[in-house]
Amino acid sequence: MSFLVIDGVSRRFGKLEVLRDAALSVERGETIAIFGPSGAGKTVLLRLIAGIVAADAGDIRIAGESVVGLGPEARDVGMAFQNFALYPHWPAFENIASPLRGRGMVEADIKQKVQQVAELLRIAHVLHHLPKQLSNGQKQRTALARSLVRGPQVLLLDDPLRNVDAKLRYEMRLELPRLLRQFESTVLYVTQDYKEAMALGDRVGVLQGRCFQQVDRPAAIYNDPRTVEIARQFGDPAINLYPCRPVPGASGAGVEIFGVRVAVPDRLAAMVDRPCLLGIRPEDVRVELTAGPGAFPVELDAVTPLNVRTALFLRSPDRQEILATCSESEGTRFGRGHRPVFARLDAGKILWFDQATGERLRPAA
Amino acid sequence: MSRSTPLGRVVRAILLVLVGLFFLFPILWVFLMSFQTNEQILRIPPSLFFVPTLSNYVAIISGRFETTAGTLELPFMHNLWNSLVLSVCSVGLSLLLGIPAAYAFARFKFRLGENIAFTLLSFRFAPALLVLLPLSLYFQEIGLSDTYTGLVWVYQLITLPLILWIVRGYFEDISPDIEHAYRIDGHSWLATFLKIAIPLARPGIAAAALLAFIFAWNNFIFALILGSSSIQPVTVGALAFVTASGIQYGQIAAAVVFSVLPTLLLALYAQRYLVEGLSLGAVKG
Repeated sequence: MSFLVIDGVSRRFGKLEVLRDAALSVERGETIAIFGPSGAGKTVLLRLIAGIVAADAGDIRIAGESVVGLGPEARDVGMAFQNFALYPHWPAFENIASPLRGRGMVEADIKQKVQQVAELLRIAHVLHHLPKQLSNGQKQRTALARSLVRGPQVLLLDDPLRNVDAKLRYEMRLELPRLLRQFESTVLYVTQDYKEAMALGDRVGVLQGRCFQQVDRPAAIYNDPRTVEIARQFGDPAINLYPCRPVPGASGAGVEIFGVRVAVPDRLAAMVDRPCLLGIRPEDVRVELTAGPGAFPVELDAVTPLNVRTALFLRSPDRQEILATCSESEGTRFGRGHRPVFARLDAGKILWFDQATGERLRPAA
Repeated sequence: MSRSTPLGRVVRAILLVLVGLFFLFPILWVFLMSFQTNEQILRIPPSLFFVPTLSNYVAIISGRFETTAGTLELPFMHNLWNSLVLSVCSVGLSLLLGIPAAYAFARFKFRLGENIAFTLLSFRFAPALLVLLPLSLYFQEIGLSDTYTGLVWVYQLITLPLILWIVRGYFEDISPDIEHAYRIDGHSWLATFLKIAIPLARPGIAAAALLAFIFAWNNFIFALILGSSSIQPVTVGALAFVTASGIQYGQIAAAVVFSVLPTLLLALYAQRYLVEGLSLGAVKG
């Protein structure tokens, strides 16, 4: 039995139906990234779980117990809001201490717990500041600390990186998975950024058209999308899509595209003579300078270096951090991380610098 | 701020003094009058130079007025006390009733909610005299005329809508997520109201309370009709200075100084709450 179960939940606001019969099961300790366009009901779903908004229909169970009808204070959840929602009249310390006070913890324990989580999030030096004196990054960390401090059973993060700058967002994207693992919470992480969803989620739930279209591991969402919408949204640059119509042929069904015949797998035989979309990811288009079997002539209009790679974070036996990247398709071999692997430095590509002057040491000409 | 030249600063200072004089002159003149005898006040041409006298203040505080027609007993200090009791009680009651109501109107959509709120506001539109005629009859019937309770009740027509509508706006400006976050932290809705909503709306509550106090303090017509001398505030009490032997300008001036003081002190005290921009920086806009 799953730890957090959302069972056929519906909710409408006036004429606007936001969720219809949405269902999701989350295992204990799992992180689910909820991805969807704005207005898809991601935030409403989190609010339903937190008890801020009541569902029109359906059941929500945490650890086997239905929480329908319980107030937010009676559910063991923590939530970080997209707009931070810090208490402006209290210093950061009181903001973080609030969930502990809400459960009647004694003062000494509160101090210790707040200090602990603040150090983890590197905001221990600003605990006495009011929210308006904090930088955006510090506000976001304070909000995160507040949601984490009690170690709630279910942690709801509503696009917490939305309102911070790109650099910080990138850093936090790396830091969050480790942090979440430490707290062993079951996490629902809402985001509009497919990369964030892929980076943070053990599984990704695609919320679209009022319910979940697909819930699966990030690689499966990418390689095996259930709908063309999902295929279009995961991937940058976006997948190439071409309308086509398979026709029967001597060697089985196929489509004619760009003057080349592409065979259609046998299991799609039923699609013969019906309009289809052919989708091909940019990285799966091989470009050569010379003609070859199956290749067709094209004009090269522009080359835009994007340097988009999968980032890998390694740690040497002596605890030094090493940053590595590989192509996205190679990256899928490593799964979700945390496993022993082997790294090799490409000796020919190493850049040498003088430690005293900082000058590049160029090979003698 | 734009950079200002020395000439600009001088011009600005002169203009500020002119504006200040324009608005403060009546108060200054009344203040000076309060230290003059009736003869000094009424001489022509008027003069800024005179031998100050405290006789007006003595008369006001002692409540005994020497006029050409003899000694007159006027309990002006009692009027001042009445004003204080009426205004403080009215504003206090309005805060007690108005803040929770304002919160409810700001946070919850309920049937007829908007209509109820508007009805409360519409009390401010009704001409007081129109309300007063039937009200005075009812009050006599149920024994509320000439009581503090009765007047404080009627004063709610002035203070309650004011507080309700100003404070409601401030509650609406607080992001509901701040309150949601506090609930999720494990606090009851009552704790959320007391610890989050009210402190964050405090500048608005202070402004509304101050305004309501001034309106209540300045009210004339309700007390004139619904109360006798024992509970009448200064606004009505000042009528007594128009005596058979003439208008006592010096004593009226002294009375005005007395009656302005409480509101002035309150305004100075509440000023820091008015400018307290607490909500800034709480929520990313």
